[in-house]
Amino acid sequence: MTVVDTALIRGRGLGKSFDGRPVLEGVDLAVAESEIVTVIGPNGAGKSMLLRILLGLVTPDRGTVTRRPSVRIGYMPQKLIVDPTLPLPVHRFLALGTPESPEALTATLDEVGARHVVDSPIQAVSGGEFQRVLLARALLRDPDLLVLDEPVQGVDVGGQEDLFRLICRIRDSHGCGVLMVSHDLHLVVAETDTVVCLNRHVCCTGRPEVVQGDPAYLALFGATAASAIAVYAHRHDHEHDDAGRVKPAHDHDHAGHDHAHHHHDHAGRRHG
Amino acid sequence: MPGAAMDDFIVRAFLGGLGLAAVAGPLGSFIVWRRMAFFGDALAHSALLGVVLALLLHLNLVFGVVAICAALALVLTSLQPRVRLAGDTVLGIFSHSALAFGLVALSFLDTVRLDLMGFLFGDILAVTALDLLWIYGGGALVLATLVALWRPLLAVTVDEELAQVEGLPVERLRLTFVLLLAVVIAAAMKIVGALLITSLLIVPAAAARGFARTPEQMAALAAAFGGLAVASGLWLSVQFDTPSGPSIVVVAAILFAFSVVLRRRVA
Repeated sequence: MTVVDTALIRGRGLGKSFDGRPVLEGVDLAVAESEIVTVIGPNGAGKSMLLRILLGLVTPDRGTVTRRPSVRIGYMPQKLIVDPTLPLPVHRFLALGTPESPEALTATLDEVGARHVVDSPIQAVSGGEFQRVLLARALLRDPDLLVLDEPVQGVDVGGQEDLFRLICRIRDSHGCGVLMVSHDLHLVVAETDTVVCLNRHVCCTGRPEVVQGDPAYLALFGATAASAIAVYAHRHDHEHDDAGRVKPAHDHDHAGHDHAHHHHDHAGRRHG
Repeated sequence: MPGAAMDDFIVRAFLGGLGLAAVAGPLGSFIVWRRMAFFGDALAHSALLGVVLALLLHLNLVFGVVAICAALALVLTSLQPRVRLAGDTVLGIFSHSALAFGLVALSFLDTVRLDLMGFLFGDILAVTALDLLWIYGGGALVLATLVALWRPLLAVTVDEELAQVEGLPVERLRLTFVLLLAVVIAAAMKIVGALLITSLLIVPAAAARGFARTPEQMAALAAAFGGLAVASGLWLSVQFDTPSGPSIVVVAAILFAFSVVLRRRVA
């Protein structure tokens, strides 16, 4: 593979344990220039931990992480809740990462399709808008590598596909590598170059269509598909309470119902 | 009471209180945003121990308070991830033990007479010219540091991990912030006392929240509300012979209550 020479970031033999319980064992992973690598795996598979090790937020017990010298990383965390006591308009939130001119901020917000929230309090934007704002903050760093942890969480199903298409467009226009974590291969299959199927160790890796037929992938996702969908729908409901509206609002119940409904549709479509 | 002397110490009290409020506004806003009210309380409770140690070692009192607060802050931040207890439990343990240690140590100081009530609840009418120097010197240092580090401190407050990935020295910023807090606690002790310092930090900031659209607006409003509380509280204290520190906090609390009602009416 040509990946060896061009890798933006590479982890070798990464291992991490908590209280003697391994969370990651012998994980190898690399992202090349302009490559989209998606890590998928069940809950507790160590997906976020792997990202955090690669980002240098967690020190691994074993293994090494090497980055191409002076590689710039834009990071979109899985969960970010701005304390409701902090009055912070979206444009100020964006400028926290890199002090940029107002024009640069609006241009980037435009690119991610969230220009209309530029002056809104960050706590008042919807789940989908918030993810786009987070993406804008990562983009403002003019990154060589985008690291996205569950980028579509808290976004309704139609919006999820839009967001993945946007990420793909960004890869094309900025020429940056993308490393992302997702719970759902179906959503990312079209855009991804390499899938890494993780369950504490790397079960299988390769092009998405290859991975989908891999016995290790089927063992991990095939057998538990039914329950996985149930877990997904439930988890997602819950996320909406928090992230769909960063600060829970009065239309809470209504929003919850609405989204739950969407998810049943989604589950149905996946089966059909 | 001779008029001229009385005027003098009231002027000093006003100056000291207003100087403190100007610093407490921005710093207190950060404490509210970072959810560190209980942390600030634990540091403030250790201030008495700092005073006693300084007296024992014949050191400057303000220096003693800053040193002990800084030491406690370091111990707390390094200990917290290592013990299997909730953060508020650890802070509760430190807060009350620090106060108890201070009170016990004080009883060994039988050669020095110390105005215990003054240190616990403040004695703003006993503010000396030297105290004013400490308040304005320390306050200027704290404000200058806050201004210089405003953006990185805000970034770390919003999300530490994102700030770290973006290349900010998260640990150093956190440490700088608690040192600033230690300086303000030392400066504030004379004004509102060790037990009430946190309220002067968080109550005006909380009252300002509803009227602010940016972090800077909230910090400035908090300073203004704090100044209002200090001035009115002091006036109450002189007028009705009530203890000065608690009077200031009472006014701040009333301001906060008004802010809640007012916001509801506007919204």
